[in-house]
Amino acid sequence: MTATVPDLLVFLAAAAMVVVGAIGVITFRNPVHSAISLILTLLGVAVAFIEQEAHFLAAVQVIVYAGAIVVLFLFVIMFLGVDEREDVTVEPLIGQRPLAYASVFVTVGGIVAMLSRGGWVTGASTVTGPTAVYNGSTVDNVTAVGQSVFTTYLFAFEATAALLIIAVVGAVVLARRERSVEGGESA
Amino acid sequence: MTIPASWFLTLAALLFGIGAFGLLTRRSALIMFMCVELMLNAVNLTFVTFSNSLHDVAGQASVFFVMVVAAAEVTVGLAIVVAVFRRRQSNTVDDLSELKG
Repeated sequence: MTATVPDLLVFLAAAAMVVVGAIGVITFRNPVHSAISLILTLLGVAVAFIEQEAHFLAAVQVIVYAGAIVVLFLFVIMFLGVDEREDVTVEPLIGQRPLAYASVFVTVGGIVAMLSRGGWVTGASTVTGPTAVYNGSTVDNVTAVGQSVFTTYLFAFEATAALLIIAVVGAVVLARRERSVEGGESA
Repeated sequence: MTIPASWFLTLAALLFGIGAFGLLTRRSALIMFMCVELMLNAVNLTFVTFSNSLHDVAGQASVFFVMVVAAAEVTVGLAIVVAVFRRRQSNTVDDLSELKG
């Protein structure tokens, strides 16, 4: 399996965006810069989705993640005014950083070692069928995903609708300003 | 399409590792939420890679539901951050030690 030059360039660009953005998220001291860096990572993941023929998910990634979720992050950062810089060099918990290095190294090293051994796919395929085929005819990716979400996974789809409503109501209840804050310890 | 699946899986593992390291070392609750998003994206990338290499659309449907749950999680999580900040004037998780035994 040999990769063509454009495919290789697209992959390398996406990988660079993902890694640089992710390192920026965890190293920038200003949370606004971290949020902007998170957008870079999310767009890189969207490019990787397109590279793998997942066109619908790439669009959803840009609209929902880079559009809605990062804007929500930025809104909360601005709303709270938490633009004070966190000193990332201070280590409040003794040995926290070496332990974090060790556990992350073990996790990533284990995954990569497992990949290099091969044979990481076992078992039967699912009931939903191939990525670009529905009822025996070739369709585009959006149609295939839509058909599987609205037929095989219809119950889960309805459950996510209830989940979103509950999340919105919960967020409103949690973030509501208490009326009697000055009066003492109200629940 | 012709890029080997293992390259994407290695990239996803790297992204997951960076997110996990940030979650373990940063103390601002907002940054920790962003690191959780990084880890969720790494898992999404793995799902899509296997969906493409196995020609099975179930992986992409799973990513769709992961995105919905991530959106709900961010909404509630940021509301909790706002509520905590109102009370404590701080958003670092080290200050939330009242339930310590």
